Amino acid sequence: MKTMFAAFAFTIAVSFGAYFVLSEMGFSSAEVQSAPSVRLD
Amino acid sequence: MNLQVVGACLIALLTFAVTPAYSQDEGQRASTGGAQTLEDILARQKGLKVDESFRRDNLGNPENAQPISGNLGSLGGVSNSDIYRGIRYSETDVKVSNNGPAAEILVQDGGMEWLLTRQGGIQAYAGYGIGGIILALVIFYFARGRMTIDGGPSGQTIERFKAFERFGHWCLAGSFIMLACTGLLLLFGRSVIIPIFGHEANSAIATFSIWVHNNIAWVFMAALVAIFVMWVAHNIPNKLDLEWFAKGGGIVGHGHPSAKKFNGGQKLIFWMTIVLGASVSMSGLSLLFPFELPMFAKTFGIINSMTGMGLPTELLPHEEMQLAHLWHAIVAITMIIAIIAHIYIGSVGMEGAFDAMGNGQVDLEWARQHHDLWVEEEEAKGAPIRQAGDLR
Ligand code: HEM
Repeated sequence: MKTMFAAFAFTIAVSFGAYFVLSEMGFSSAEVQSAPSVRLD
Repeated sequence: MNLQVVGACLIALLTFAVTPAYSQDEGQRASTGGAQTLEDILARQKGLKVDESFRRDNLGNPENAQPISGNLGSLGGVSNSDIYRGIRYSETDVKVSNNGPAAEILVQDGGMEWLLTRQGGIQAYAGYGIGGIILALVIFYFARGRMTIDGGPSGQTIERFKAFERFGHWCLAGSFIMLACTGLLLLFGRSVIIPIFGHEANSAIATFSIWVHNNIAWVFMAALVAIFVMWVAHNIPNKLDLEWFAKGGGIVGHGHPSAKKFNGGQKLIFWMTIVLGASVSMSGLSLLFPFELPMFAKTFGIINSMTGMGLPTELLPHEEMQLAHLWHAIVAITMIIAIIAHIYIGSVGMEGAFDAMGNGQVDLEWARQHHDLWVEEEEAKGAPIRQAGDLR
């Protein structure tokens, strides 16, 4: 059972990791869909 | 002779079934001066196939424009109607300030078909499919009961899966269950959650669901590759599997057909997971990076060349997305239905099964009854046999 919970914790950690990596790389839909003339924030 | 008659009838019926129902021929459009008629509009609303070429190809021709001195003199351009028809059928060169992919497509009329399929067929498939398998399992549980170890557990255990195998399985299972739940919340948001809990609640649930769905998908894809690499060697089908199926797997009836590490039914689950899992991942990636990874036109081309079917090989970017979205849902629901049965057998359905993925140690008697040949191989290799509860 320990392995199972470790896998679940790992799954959650990777999900947050994926979110931050993709945001850093500019993959948010707002950034993909807008022209350079748009100020997003 | 009879066979020929039946054949001819079948062909006639098939022709009937596949011939698109055109609303009307050109002659009748004379009354509107060649423009579409009420029948055309009604036919389109009913989802019948209308031959649109009379509009699609009617984009005006500056060469034929009246000279500036003529009664309807013009500067030689095309009319507004011509331009709008061009936009509708993506024949006009459009420039937009939005730099998003596919932004220059202003009108795409496959959206209704996509919406109706999603709200009609796909929701029904999900509802009846998932409800049906749960009902079937409940009935099975009460009719057949839990599959127990004949003669009870031996009290001795043997290692079935190593820690890294269990880790891989639970990454796959944990991510899949979250993907299934959030996917279904998104699918049923408009038709179930909004009427019961309101727009505000659905907005919060959908925002949470899509975040989880988009980000946890990476774990699913990685775990799928890991599971494939770890277990493919044990899942090559062979003759033993046919015998296993012939004996109903011991699920129907009470026999214990021989099996190695994985039996025929498990191999089926394995390959279903790998093939459908890969397909759901590909269509998912296509959705995650809109318009960047179109794959249907190309796939249709391959299918056409193999089968001679006439699937469309030129698709607008939005049509690609709509197909990816529908396909993603269909494959995912099929997987969910199969996996619910898997979860049943791996937990409440069979005594001693969960331990294989719980602590990795299974009862020796359970192993002998369900995977006799595997136990023989393991014992020949000198695999340690432990006392139950001893987890050193
Ligand atoms: C709570 C949910 C789950 C439970 C309790 C569970 C349980 C198990 C168990 C006990 C085994 C080993 C069977 C044996 O000893 O031979 C197994 C194997 C396996 N599981 Fe799961 N599982 C779950 C969810 C999933 C999910 C969501 C997937 C895939 C998306 C999955 C894919 C597999 C595959 C491919 C195998 C190997 C083939 C097989 O045994 O059928 N499992 N699972």
